[in-house]
Amino acid sequence: MYTKDGENYFVVDSHVHFWDGSPANQANRYGKGFIECFYDYHRNLSPEEWVWSLEKFSKYSEETLINDLFSEGYVDRAIFQPTYLTDFYVNGFNTTEQDGAVAERHPGQLIVNGSFDPRDGELGLERLELLAQRWNLKGVKLYTAEWKGESKGWKLSDPWAYRYLEKCEQLGIKNIHVHKGPTIYPLNRDAFDVADVDEAATTFPNLRFIIEHCGLPRLEDFCWIATQEPNVYGGLAVAMPFIHSRPRYFAQVIGELLYWLDENRLTFASDYAIWHPKWLIEKFVDLQIPEDMQAEYGVLTPDIKRKILGLNAAKLYDLAVPAEVTNQVASDGAEQTAGAVDSTPKIPA
Amino acid sequence: MTASAQDSLAMRAWETLGTVLDPELDEPITDLGFVTALNVRSGAGGKDVHVLLRLPTYFCAPNFAYLMVADAHDALRDLPGVATVRIELADHFAAAEINAGVASEAGFGDTFPGEATDELAELRLTFRRKAHLACIERACRDLIGRGWQVDALADTRLGDLPGSPARDSLMRRRAELGLPAGPDEPLFVDDNGDPVLAEQVPARLRFARSVRVSMEGNAGFCRGLLRTRYGTTEEGAR
Repeated sequence: MYTKDGENYFVVDSHVHFWDGSPANQANRYGKGFIECFYDYHRNLSPEEWVWSLEKFSKYSEETLINDLFSEGYVDRAIFQPTYLTDFYVNGFNTTEQDGAVAERHPGQLIVNGSFDPRDGELGLERLELLAQRWNLKGVKLYTAEWKGESKGWKLSDPWAYRYLEKCEQLGIKNIHVHKGPTIYPLNRDAFDVADVDEAATTFPNLRFIIEHCGLPRLEDFCWIATQEPNVYGGLAVAMPFIHSRPRYFAQVIGELLYWLDENRLTFASDYAIWHPKWLIEKFVDLQIPEDMQAEYGVLTPDIKRKILGLNAAKLYDLAVPAEVTNQVASDGAEQTAGAVDSTPKIPA
Repeated sequence: MTASAQDSLAMRAWETLGTVLDPELDEPITDLGFVTALNVRSGAGGKDVHVLLRLPTYFCAPNFAYLMVADAHDALRDLPGVATVRIELADHFAAAEINAGVASEAGFGDTFPGEATDELAELRLTFRRKAHLACIERACRDLIGRGWQVDALADTRLGDLPGSPARDSLMRRRAELGLPAGPDEPLFVDDNGDPVLAEQVPARLRFARSVRVSMEGNAGFCRGLLRTRYGTTEEGAR
């Protein structure tokens, strides 16, 4: 928990990794290029004192992860989002099993998400079921832009994707995290196109679609569909670190997101180890919309920050929130019980 | 040809590269720092132009990368006095395929046989439309700053816009999209050039602002990543 100026914040980091991008695990030049690309994100947007060496960044220890998130970083619960990349890395970059082993050694702190690829057909459906049983999955992380043999990616609206989403419903996997963000794969058309989310979200009203990186660099397309689909959420991984290097831009992004969605459908994330949660959380709690933008975007209240930092994700993953935090959310208790999924989106006039 | 004539061709080549835009960011590749070298040499039958390009990340989307390399190639090829053009993208996961594909004018689909299927016209159109909408927003923002009411924007004509780089930019986008750009044409039009109804202007303007924020933000991110990757400023080969 993080406390500042008498305000308590329960922190859920909705997007963390425990990866191995080290040379020993790199299968080819793509693996090398991938971790170097991540490293440039890391050193471009982190405050100088938080920049690691490439060696440490490529492969950090379990102890480092636990310390950074939970001792130094104020995080109460963190959610592992797997990134397999088995074509780039010998043992995969960051698989469900690797995450799960760490989570089991630190009970109650880490949530393990799985993944599926609808192009795996029937066999993949069985694998998903086993994965769900083994790790008690409440969520999955999906990469629609991933190439696989002849296929140049897939869409959430594909018939096979629907079968997997039906399976998720049966298995109690309600949180569908979809990577629509900065390029990491060879791509054909526009990998950031979020139109398929729109269709799937309408077809599966009981699932929640958390769009990681809130569609950046297509913020507007994401906002447009999220306005119309109440079960679409914005994950703030990659958007967050701009709070340091370009605070006015970050204020605009948050302002746009709060305008088109609402404060109940945004979730904080560090994308650790790309960025460290400690400085992100401190700066976010201290943030206010600059005065000259307040006429357009309004102001950020402690309640808005509390929801974004943890309460929204806590609802998605049924996490217990300590009373010293819930007690402070006095201004809109009714909305808290109504739940974010049922909140009414703002439809533009 | 004299040395000065060669220099002037190099200058014209640089200016020509300045007309090549990053389709997503809507800014010239020369301003973004993507051009690292421009060499002009005498060859058989004219000048040989060689351009070196770089991008902010190893995994920048290959479709956008292809468009920039191909646009640079096509723009320079049409320059008088130029015999051959070679555009070389460096430090990109698909550099070899893209360079070879553009050199042989294969098209995107044939450059990645079995991998990519579409040519990129549709992608380009999408981003030209976004750029156009962002330009409309900048023009409206400027007018509102000068005291115009949002209600009046539906009746605003292009001729009402004061001269400015933002206005020039809007006119270029109109021309690219093949939309009418005369002084009596309405400012606030949709992607097809049809006027936006007065009651729809506020919502459309609001969306246009998101488009602008998004594009400007991306451009800033890409500039920052380029700086981090190469540890240099964005002056390029100037």
